[in-house]
Amino acid sequence: MQFFLEVLIGGLLSGVMYSFVALGFVLIYKASGVFNFAQGAMVFFAALTFVGILEMGVPFWGALILAFGAMVLLGIGTERIVLRPMVNQPPIALFMATIGLTFFVEGLAQAMWGASVRGLDLGIQDEPIEWMMETTGIGVSKFDLFAAGVAAVLVTALALFFQYTRVGRALRAVADDHQAALSIGIPLQTIWRIVWAVAGFVALVAGLIWGARNGVQFALVFTALKALPVLILGGFTSVPGAIVGGLIIGSTEKLAEVYLGAYVGGGIDSWFPYVMALAFLLVRPEGLFGEKHIDRV
Amino acid sequence: MKLKTKFLLSAAAVSSAFVSSAVLAQASEQFIGLPSYRVGAYAAGGSGIYGGWIDYMQLINEKEGGVNGVKLTWEECETEYNNARGVECYERLKSKGASGNSVFQPLSTGITYSVLDKVAQDKIPMVTIGYGRTDAADGRVFPWVFPMVTTYWSQNTAKIKFIGQKEGGMDKLKGKKIVNIYHDSAYGKETIPLLDAQAAKYGFTVIHIPVSHPGNEQQSQWLRVRQEKPDWVILRGWGVMNPTAIKAAAKVGFPREKMVGVWWSGAEEDTVPAGAAAKGFIAAGFNVAGANYPVIKDIQENVYKKNKGNMEDKNRIGSVYYNRGVVHGIITVEAIRTAQAKFGKGKVMNGEQMRWGFENLAIDSKRLKELGAEGFMPDLKVSCADHEGSGKVKFQQWDGKEWKVLTDWVDADKELVRPMIEESAAKYAKEKNITPRDCSKEG
Repeated sequence: MQFFLEVLIGGLLSGVMYSFVALGFVLIYKASGVFNFAQGAMVFFAALTFVGILEMGVPFWGALILAFGAMVLLGIGTERIVLRPMVNQPPIALFMATIGLTFFVEGLAQAMWGASVRGLDLGIQDEPIEWMMETTGIGVSKFDLFAAGVAAVLVTALALFFQYTRVGRALRAVADDHQAALSIGIPLQTIWRIVWAVAGFVALVAGLIWGARNGVQFALVFTALKALPVLILGGFTSVPGAIVGGLIIGSTEKLAEVYLGAYVGGGIDSWFPYVMALAFLLVRPEGLFGEKHIDRV
Repeated sequence: MKLKTKFLLSAAAVSSAFVSSAVLAQASEQFIGLPSYRVGAYAAGGSGIYGGWIDYMQLINEKEGGVNGVKLTWEECETEYNNARGVECYERLKSKGASGNSVFQPLSTGITYSVLDKVAQDKIPMVTIGYGRTDAADGRVFPWVFPMVTTYWSQNTAKIKFIGQKEGGMDKLKGKKIVNIYHDSAYGKETIPLLDAQAAKYGFTVIHIPVSHPGNEQQSQWLRVRQEKPDWVILRGWGVMNPTAIKAAAKVGFPREKMVGVWWSGAEEDTVPAGAAAKGFIAAGFNVAGANYPVIKDIQENVYKKNKGNMEDKNRIGSVYYNRGVVHGIITVEAIRTAQAKFGKGKVMNGEQMRWGFENLAIDSKRLKELGAEGFMPDLKVSCADHEGSGKVKFQQWDGKEWKVLTDWVDADKELVRPMIEESAAKYAKEKNITPRDCSKEG
């Protein structure tokens, strides 16, 4: 039982890590209906920019602000160069544009800061909490708990932002219908710029958390792979859904790997979440918290 | 003669002089095509290794004016560690230079497999130092492929020897438990049969735990490690899988001093991102880290002081990957010297001549000392039957800031490995209808 609990808790906390990346996808999809394929590349770009600035001798908070500034610029540039010419184009065209954006952002990050792998220390040890280990025998990482705390703050802030601010309401209106939003005077370009900047901030937070765990390196782009089943499960338009989806995916993939993996040769945690997401799609295509899409026929 | 005609004739004479001097220059240059990768997921490794390699060739040009007067020239082709691009680069590079590309070294097992048949057809030797197809060490079946210095199988037996030494003797391995955490790919799985054979031979238990690509999340695997309570963990990782594994080991409280990595887990790029958790981690390597070797100092003196160095980040000079690139350079240049000694000093070698050079390469400790690489890489003696040539590795330990050498060269268990190589190569020969060479008849 103790081991089961350890696997379960570890899985839930891993799920929070996936949610960080999923949140970025949700924000952009919510505001523009675009599945942003470049979200993983943005995580890489943000983390590499932060570490690059840090290496120049800028203090932590200064580097954080400058890296956020870089993400805002990237967001504005994306809106101006990639999205604006594609208003009212089919969603697939916008999706294809974000694929192109992925390669550009990956290349830009490496051209600016080089290809070297960097370490990142946020000052939180990725080691089990000693008293908990001694009293219960269950190892829970301090870093994982820190990440969970950051996620809670981030989700609360985003939920409040979407629900109670004018910009948040405008974002939701744009998400519902670009043309209708434009016709009632909502500035589409401004909204898109804001949402890409916020997604950039979320990418920066995700990049710092993942970078502190595994190093700031190209592999950060692969974190997006972990976010996809989370999105399918939680729904592409729900901020809380990204968190709940992350918790479900994180815990089930860990339990499956530990308890079923040995029977099928192991290494199932890479595909098990996708199988789960696929099964879920058959039952509830819009995800747990996603908006049900009804077309008039 | 009109002025215009005179001008045209003079222009033609000048340009033909330029063309012929360019042709002459090319005729006295040894071309080496470099299928490198400096962008993408594996750029950190690629930029270090190809950087060190290019710097060594530049050193030979600067210090010696080339190999016996033959200048070394090279051209990079970006593969991004992608098989299809690797094949494209192979085709693009093969006809360049005075006598075509003289050696192909892709630094990728996937690309190695993709061009395995092509190199034999085109008569271009393929050198795979520390990667590629292990059974290609049987040169009777694979005359054009050279998995030099050491193969995965050899290093794995050296690892078990090292663990045996640490336990107080090979007989002490009986009853021990070793977990093999491996990248769930052909590369990762390659040593499983060998580890099973060694477990049977020495009486230890081995448990294989796969990690799916890219390996940026390994909590379940390491919880299993904690449950199994092994005496040692072998880490056969690649890329982000390595720092993730080291950090996950710290998270479940497994001592890093009991973790032994393959050489693709033992670079600064694997330990620095893991931070303090990496302290004590051990890895095998066929080259060591450090900038205090005469060969590295030579590069700094003759290449970097003239602003002709290849590395953008000078701090990486002397790192594991950079030094591995220098090993690639040394082997390539020494093979050119060996080939020239037979086919004519000061001449440009073609692919066939280079193949002979690699097959007759002998770098003993005396030569290593002359090259300023004593203790930097193991001695090497390649032959018609043995395209590996060494099999030795050193073990290094990360002290939190840099790699420290723990052992002298540890040799492979050749009695175990060689029959397995020959068996696998014979199977390949049968599949491909290849008649193995009779090495007693080779000159």
